Amino acid sequence: MTEGLLPPGKYFMQGNIACAEAALIAGCRFFAGYPITPSSEILEWMSYRLPQVGGHFIQMEDEIASIMAVLGASNAGAKSMTATSGPGFSLMQEGIGFGMMTETPCVIVNVQRGGPSTGIPTLVGQGDMMQAKWGSHGDYEAIVYVPNSVQEMFDLTIKAFNTSEEYRQPVILMSDQVISHMYGSLVVPPHEEIKIVNRKLPNVPPSIPDFKPFDSRYEVPPMALAGMGYRVHVTGLTHDERGYPYYTHEVSTWCVKHLVSKVRNNAKKIWEVERFMLDDADTIIITYGITSRPAYQAVKMARSEGIKAGMLRLITAWPFPDEIVREVSEQAKVIIVPEINMGQMIHPVKEAAECLVVGLSWAPGAVPTPDVILDTIRAVSR
Amino acid sequence: MPKEVLATEHPDDDLIRTDRMPHIWCPGCGIGIVMKCYIKAIKRSGIPPERHVVVSGIGCSSRLPGYVNIDSYHTTHGRALPFAIGMNLVKPELEITVIAGDGDLVTIGGNHFIHTIRRNHDINVVLINNFIYGMTGGQHGATTPAGSKATSAPYGTIDNPFNLPLLVASLGAPFVARWTTFHVNQLIDAMLKAMKVNGLAFIEVLSPCPTHYGRDNNFPTGLEMMRYFKKMSVINHEADLRTVDIDLRSGKPIIVGNFVHKEKPSYNDMWRKLVESVREERK
Ligand SMILES: Cc1ncc(C[n+]2csc(CCOP(=O)(O)OP(=O)(O)O)c2C)c(N)n1
Ligand code: SF4
Ligand SMILES: [Mg+2]
Repeated sequence: MTEGLLPPGKYFMQGNIACAEAALIAGCRFFAGYPITPSSEILEWMSYRLPQVGGHFIQMEDEIASIMAVLGASNAGAKSMTATSGPGFSLMQEGIGFGMMTETPCVIVNVQRGGPSTGIPTLVGQGDMMQAKWGSHGDYEAIVYVPNSVQEMFDLTIKAFNTSEEYRQPVILMSDQVISHMYGSLVVPPHEEIKIVNRKLPNVPPSIPDFKPFDSRYEVPPMALAGMGYRVHVTGLTHDERGYPYYTHEVSTWCVKHLVSKVRNNAKKIWEVERFMLDDADTIIITYGITSRPAYQAVKMARSEGIKAGMLRLITAWPFPDEIVREVSEQAKVIIVPEINMGQMIHPVKEAAECLVVGLSWAPGAVPTPDVILDTIRAVSR
Repeated sequence: MPKEVLATEHPDDDLIRTDRMPHIWCPGCGIGIVMKCYIKAIKRSGIPPERHVVVSGIGCSSRLPGYVNIDSYHTTHGRALPFAIGMNLVKPELEITVIAGDGDLVTIGGNHFIHTIRRNHDINVVLINNFIYGMTGGQHGATTPAGSKATSAPYGTIDNPFNLPLLVASLGAPFVARWTTFHVNQLIDAMLKAMKVNGLAFIEVLSPCPTHYGRDNNFPTGLEMMRYFKKMSVINHEADLRTVDIDLRSGKPIIVGNFVHKEKPSYNDMWRKLVESVREERK
């Protein structure tokens, strides 16, 4: 299985390429996408690499088709992925909802650029953080990872595949133009040391009577794939355990509660954060992705001025690690949330925090410098 | 007086999800006939039911897969084709048939439709053309004949409808057919041909929707529409496709037939070749 994959070793690589290579190592063998800056390198690299490793690549006519092809491929058994940016991510939302409702594992990479609308195609943004959570209609629980380095483009892509296979649902990797286009060092460990999760398949023969593809005895039901003989019915309609459309309030309650609880009940296992100089900190930055990079520097600069600064970096943006934020807020006088948007992740922070929360809203197109963040730290810690 | 017999079984029960009966379709609707033909075709295809997959979008027609006892996928409105493509690429051994309505496949899904045909994916497409959006209450779509009344065209439509056989043939599909729900045997035969075609096979099936098309357009029952299909249909496999557009009011015949049946490499054939050459180069 490791034939043709990126061998273990040290590399200097672009974030988007690291993401594509990680996907292959995670077992991804299907990619469907539509070109869009700043994500296109993932599509191009996959078009070059997938035929080499026995997978499938197809460039579709749009992002709606891309996500639907990915979901079809996953229902046939392939680990599948697509990559896009803001406008394409918007087009994918209906399909993402279909993936949630049908419990279809797949990975969607959104390399964020400036918005709204066509915005600034070639420059950075973090304006899709709420869309990643609430973008499709109805109730579901998004799982969203936010890398801040080339290494994390690699590590979190593998993690995104594992989590999607484990919980049987689409998982989103929210990169941005800078992290994706950045060249940086990458360490690929020996493949046998990389944890790979594969979806559970039914352990009963297709011949058993009354097989239930969405059996409620399981938190995450094993996935019966097309062609295995289980004769499944899969629908985006509210359905019962048999997968049959059913609209009683009882079934609707079961259906949506099942979708959200498989994530909510396991949120603590899914949460990942980085704690930077937090021990005695009372002025705490909570941020994520590219914005965390100048924030490290700003924290160090503030420390040299005698300000007890620290940072909590969100690696999982969703499910939101509210308990961790609450716990950190207990030691804080103030929390600052810098982000390259007009205030998005500040909302769940405010909901969880027990202290004053201040935003640092930065328009897309540039990353705030350490000085900008330091100025805010100085202003609020006075 | 013959005794009334209530049937408790149907000869096709093995391929019907009987636990989902009764179905949602109105009396006189043609979709059930298409389902019957599809089940017959599955049985005669020689391909075991486990290898057949049916995929649809959203609409009355797209409910068909939910009643067939094989792997069945009811996707989003207009997006059955890209979903089926993903499945077909990963498991080319599956015999995938997409069955959906006119609104689904060629109105909201029009972009996917033309590109799926252009790339010649190995999928059978059965488009149930009832000239209307049945499920949402009778609005007009891209196959509604000009001048028809619809709930969103109370004064009659002014849009020109697609001539689907011409469109599909122009995109190079290796199999293009049109039948009506009156032509049961021909439809089963066309479905069997479609299952053998390497690449994209397209069948347009004209079908009555008495509830939402017929009501306001002089076909108040399914039977009347069927009689019209019987009276007006002309079988012409060699028809000049530029002339097969449908006009239900002018007395123009409805041209039906298996218009195109040819060989052409499918997308999967091209992909296999590409992979072989990539592997050869890397040796
Ligand atoms: C994105 C989206 N837009 C609109 C709808 C509402 N809708 C459901 S079915 C339908 C039309 C179906 O028409 P057709 O495909 O011809 O099927 P029929 O009911 O006539 O068989 C529409 C517009 C939807 N489900 N999704
Ligand atoms: S509304 Fe029309 S298409 Fe839908 S079930 Fe009734 S007759 Fe059939
Ligand atoms: Mg219709």
